[in-house]
Amino acid sequence: MSQGGTEVVPQREPGTEKDFKTSTGARHTLDGIFTAIIFVATVIGLVVLAVLLIDIARQGLPALNWGFLTGLGSAEAEDAGLLPPLVGSVMLLAIVVVVAVPLGIGAAVYLEEYASDNWLNRIVEINISNLAGVPSIIYGLLGLGIFVYVLGFGKSILSGGLVLSLLVLPIIIIATREAVRAVPNAVREGAYALGATQWETIRHHVLPMALPGALTGTILALSRALGETAPLIAIGAVPYLTFVPTGLGSAVTAIPVQIYNWVSQPDDEFQAVAAAGIVVLMVVLLAANAGAILLRNRFQRRN
Amino acid sequence: MVDYRKTEEERRVSEVPERATGAKEETAGSPYRAGEPAALGMRIEGLSAFYGSFKAITDVTMDIRANRVTALIGPSGCGKSTYIRCLNRMHEVIPGARAEGGVLLGEDDIYAKDVDPVRIRRRIGMVFQKPNPFSKSIYENVAWGARINGYKGDMDELVERSLKHAALWEEVKGRLKESGLGLSGGQQQRLCIARTLAVEPEVILMDEPASALDPVSTQKIEDTMEQLKQDYTVVIVTHNMQQAARISDYTGFFYIENMGDPGRLWEFDETEKMFSNPERKETEDYVTGRFG
Repeated sequence: MSQGGTEVVPQREPGTEKDFKTSTGARHTLDGIFTAIIFVATVIGLVVLAVLLIDIARQGLPALNWGFLTGLGSAEAEDAGLLPPLVGSVMLLAIVVVVAVPLGIGAAVYLEEYASDNWLNRIVEINISNLAGVPSIIYGLLGLGIFVYVLGFGKSILSGGLVLSLLVLPIIIIATREAVRAVPNAVREGAYALGATQWETIRHHVLPMALPGALTGTILALSRALGETAPLIAIGAVPYLTFVPTGLGSAVTAIPVQIYNWVSQPDDEFQAVAAAGIVVLMVVLLAANAGAILLRNRFQRRN
Repeated sequence: MVDYRKTEEERRVSEVPERATGAKEETAGSPYRAGEPAALGMRIEGLSAFYGSFKAITDVTMDIRANRVTALIGPSGCGKSTYIRCLNRMHEVIPGARAEGGVLLGEDDIYAKDVDPVRIRRRIGMVFQKPNPFSKSIYENVAWGARINGYKGDMDELVERSLKHAALWEEVKGRLKESGLGLSGGQQQRLCIARTLAVEPEVILMDEPASALDPVSTQKIEDTMEQLKQDYTVVIVTHNMQQAARISDYTGFFYIENMGDPGRLWEFDETEKMFSNPERKETEDYVTGRFG
């Protein structure tokens, strides 16, 4: 309280200490309720996931054997194999890594570091976010028109890989942009003050620091690409191959497409085969993610 | 260093000429500037700086003497940081920012049309208020600037020499491979000074280099500045009046008359005079602590 001024500081009315509620019981109860709600929400998510996985494993593991993994397509459930779609999925993933990752990271770096902040670039930014939400079947139709027919790549692994690359490109761009934006400006200033060019600053400081975030985007992109069915069907994926795809020009096939086909069979035995296919799909997905996470951790530790 | 205890008479006699034109031998192993003088003075003429349409500083004219420490003081917001960033063309890195007027490094206008700002920033180094070492090893922090500028000599020797010059060698010589971010605040700032020295600038700009540091680190940095002025020209922005009085030879006082006005150089003189007998009332009010 000020002692020296000429103003009179109003004193507290006696008895007004009780203006604050003394009991905190109701507030703690509310605290507890909220904690319980979010805990239940988490548990629901985990339980649903666990039920799905256990159900699939229960159905699929009996049908999962070496013959299944190395066999070719067949009209008989017990002879049905996953090899052609397995090889197809791996090849498609490889194309996505080679095409979408460099393009995505490059576009993000350009948009964040080089492009000036004018109305045109803001429109581009909004549209990239929109593209991430476009239904994948649209990408399939786009791919059918451009890659299969106009560019003449046909209904091939190459077309499939390019369609999937287009599909996941916005994911990579958005994640990388966030990562680049998160690099503190002080780092760039420190580099410029030593007489570095913009590219030297980006190459030696900004990109290495943004790489963990960019790899996170890549992980999300690979997961999405691996599971997409609609666009591949749209460009003419074949769900029944009696030979293994050998190159970019081979007929396109992928695990999700094969699973879709099996699930649609009237024969009940194909359900078990489909479940086995899902198990394999999850394993491939985990392997791809684990690889990307390991790579990301290596860069994070270096920073 | 200027000895404030000497009389006016004694000091005038021992005054160093305005430009250090080759009076110093080229430092051994300096591959960048064969034959050039070791440190240059700067002359600023009618410099104004803008952020978009907002004028931050107006019409500043100043002489910065070679091999001397020039301090820039003034209340917050009057453009000192903006000004010092114009001296090595860092101001224009901010989108929409620009500067008008002449800034001469030695004889050359660094704002001339054909001048590459990248080359200017190597010759005029900067240490920032908040230490910003790279997230690399201590060795790489110092070596990187030299490497991208094409240093062909012995890098180990350059790193050691720069760290010694920045008074950091003894503390880190056994752990050069460790991350620069693992050092204390004061050590990080000295690391930033070392990496600036490694590219062998002629002028070193410091924007409140010790304001984020503890008193012990501040003392070490001030001692470093004493050493630095033998080989370089130093310009420092500081909020700490005692620091300016302690370490600088010349002082410039920046001031804004009304809110929203651009800042201007209110007074500039030898430090001793600025702090004991300034010409203008606002300067006297500021250095005696009546405001600021």
